[in-house]
Amino acid sequence: MVTVAFLILFAGSFFGYVLNRRAASAIRDTGQRLHSVAGYHGLFASLIIFVPILILVLLWLLLQGPVAETLVMGGLPEEAIAELDKGVTQLVLAEIKAISGGRIFGKPEKWKLEAAENLLRFNAISSFALVLVVSVLALGLLWAARTRVTASFRARQSVELIVSGLMIFCSFVAVLTTVGIIASLMVETYRFLTFVPFYEFLFGLNWEPQIPIREDQVAAEGAFGWIPVMLGTLVITCVALFLAVPIGLMSAIYLNEFAPRKVRAVTKPVLEILAGVPTVVYGFFAILVIAPAIRSVGETLGISVAPNTALAAGGVMGVMLIPFISSFSDDALAAVPQSLRDGALALGATRAEMMLDVLFPAALPGIVGGILLAVSRAIGETMIVVMAAGLIARLTINPLDSVTTVTVQIVTLLIGDTSFDNPKTLAAFALGMMLFLMTLVINVFALSIVRKYREVYD
Amino acid sequence: MTLKGTSTIEIVRSGIQARNRRQLVLQGLGLIAIVFAFLMLFILIVSLVSSGYKALTQTHVTIQVYVNPEVIVKENLPRGNFRGLLQESLAGLFPAGVADQSELRDISGILSNGAQFILRDKIVEDPSLIGKSILLKVPTSDPYDQLNKKLIDRATPEKNRRLSDQQVARFDILKETGAISRPINSALIFNADSRFPELAGLKGALIGSFWALLICFLISFPLGIGAAIYLEEFAPRNHFSDFIEVNTNNLAAVPSVVFGLLALSVFIGWFGLPRSAPLVGGMTLALMTMPTIIIATRAALKSIPPSIREAALGVGASRQQVVFDHVLPLAMPGILTGTIIGLAQALGETAPLLLIGMNAFITSAPSIPLDSSTALPTQIFIWADSPERGFVSRTSAAILVLLGFLITMNAIAIFLRNKFERSW
Repeated sequence: MVTVAFLILFAGSFFGYVLNRRAASAIRDTGQRLHSVAGYHGLFASLIIFVPILILVLLWLLLQGPVAETLVMGGLPEEAIAELDKGVTQLVLAEIKAISGGRIFGKPEKWKLEAAENLLRFNAISSFALVLVVSVLALGLLWAARTRVTASFRARQSVELIVSGLMIFCSFVAVLTTVGIIASLMVETYRFLTFVPFYEFLFGLNWEPQIPIREDQVAAEGAFGWIPVMLGTLVITCVALFLAVPIGLMSAIYLNEFAPRKVRAVTKPVLEILAGVPTVVYGFFAILVIAPAIRSVGETLGISVAPNTALAAGGVMGVMLIPFISSFSDDALAAVPQSLRDGALALGATRAEMMLDVLFPAALPGIVGGILLAVSRAIGETMIVVMAAGLIARLTINPLDSVTTVTVQIVTLLIGDTSFDNPKTLAAFALGMMLFLMTLVINVFALSIVRKYREVYD
Repeated sequence: MTLKGTSTIEIVRSGIQARNRRQLVLQGLGLIAIVFAFLMLFILIVSLVSSGYKALTQTHVTIQVYVNPEVIVKENLPRGNFRGLLQESLAGLFPAGVADQSELRDISGILSNGAQFILRDKIVEDPSLIGKSILLKVPTSDPYDQLNKKLIDRATPEKNRRLSDQQVARFDILKETGAISRPINSALIFNADSRFPELAGLKGALIGSFWALLICFLISFPLGIGAAIYLEEFAPRNHFSDFIEVNTNNLAAVPSVVFGLLALSVFIGWFGLPRSAPLVGGMTLALMTMPTIIIATRAALKSIPPSIREAALGVGASRQQVVFDHVLPLAMPGILTGTIIGLAQALGETAPLLLIGMNAFITSAPSIPLDSSTALPTQIFIWADSPERGFVSRTSAAILVLLGFLITMNAIAIFLRNKFERSW
């Protein structure tokens, strides 16, 4: 039925276009002078039908589910839901949905069967009503648009007004996304903080989120101090930068100044390929090649290396960041005006001196901005660490140990069952909030450096 | 100018060797850095290909099966003993015969667990086969596949090996009879996921990724272009448009896992959309791709020279007519290039899809975007996590498939850029 609604939507706007265009042409053929060309009359009808109906259909689809649930739950017999708490109500709802989908297990109670039938009936009525409303609205709008076709109607201005509105809406979506991120993280973090005190989360030295979900489960007490998790993130980030910054920087310097044209032509695409490899591939690379290699090197040297060493995860992350740092540094070096190069060379500097004493300091703000962005990528990088780093939070800075990171914890806490009423799940959102804030500060700072610095030379 | 009786040129000359040496050192370091990057890419690709190519073939056994009408009753197909039928037929391949029941069970371990279902599906499709003798080619189970690909070393002591000496010997007998073959592993593309490596394939993941990417494109492309046109061509220069610009740039740098949290709490928690659905995955990816498209579109619009706009305005076009009839068509190659690159990034994105549950174990391909499904990168993650040895080569093969798609998309983008982009 939803497909039918969409078909009516497209057919209506197409039909409106043709109808109004023809009507406008007919007026023009009588010899009157139209204010707008016929195409704009058609476009006006098309838009006036398309936009409101699209909004209506999307809203309808969005609200149908929750409304159906409320109605079905409201229709349940009092005695059946009287003693159920919230979590169980969700289970009952899921069961009713399963029954209505034809997946019946065992012998459900009679009231559940009735509720399932109600749900089915409501969904049928709702989709039927949707098609009906869409058809009526389409016809109404078609008629309204058709009556607007006169020689003096300013169709172009109307169309441009609608298009402007649509474009403003589009540019608002990016803002809405940010607002959505902040709002969802804040709401869940607030709920988390009702379980765990603020200072315990921020300054606690223990992270053991495996708390019992049911009452009869045996599990740890649970501790939610994020310090060890953040420390692990920093260890891996440091390892990654230790590898990526010198190599990225050196390759940028070489490419920018010394590389023959042919080397440059080969190296640029290779770096682009490295940058385009998905992180899940790097993660697999870490467990397939790098981690065993590090372990065997450790064995021959007689050093004990943890199976999920931070070195493997950080090293592979460093490889991922090399093209990132290299291209940022290359851009920054290339943005330094030619006059500075020429001046340095004219004073008798070698190309290396020109690079290190003149270009590099001049490009430093841009390079630092790029490195900061790399730091924020490293902190937020997920798949490599999920696959190659550890799960247990340890308070250590030894890169040969196994450490965990903020992103690893977010993913492991949310994979599997997710009910939004226990601190274990909500802790992931609190960690997400910290992650978002850390990267936000770094990003805003780095982007402003990069931007400001570009303006100086442009 | 002279210093201590020596001329400037002499001072310079005395130092020039050391300075040139320093330049050589810097060049050498740069070259080492680049060689390191090349080396890493080389090792990455070599290790993936060397482990992945083994998944391109799959060991099969060809058996003659007599579909005994007493065992397989036409009216009661679901309860037919297909497994027993295969066991018997397989035992018939051994010239020496099979001694007892336990040996028979051991022998049937050569066949994949899914072999009986392949036979069943064949007979359900064509019931007239009952009573006839058919030639069936079924995959072997994972350990024997590994043995045939020499991944299980016959030299290792028996107790450290997954197959006993006897089992290896039996396999060799089969091989001598010519029943063993290694055709191209079409299951890798045309099967959905499975617990058994020899049956697992990427069909579900490919279709899931297709739906997610399609929805991502349908949402992010119009929204991104609309936003970019407004910001670049129409928005008044004030604090508000500055704010939107900073916000967009920052959104492009927000960690992907945070988008997963947003999707989990807003799309699934508040809107009540189903978990594991490509629809939700596509919506999440669209939010991440949109900033990329906005930035690329703005750059493409910026590169169109003002003379085009002025000429159009000069002959009486309205500002929107200028943009939609003249600037946008000229900027389209650049926009499409940016969009394809953004979609390629979205195709490889894993973390947000994990959070919305697209890493579920699902053995059928989705038919609509609301069905549960996996995507290509999450399937790689699931397989990389699986303990069975056979999944290692399949993970590599899946990665090669993913990289193939990414390279194709990027090649299209580069082609578009070279073919249609003009310099003014």
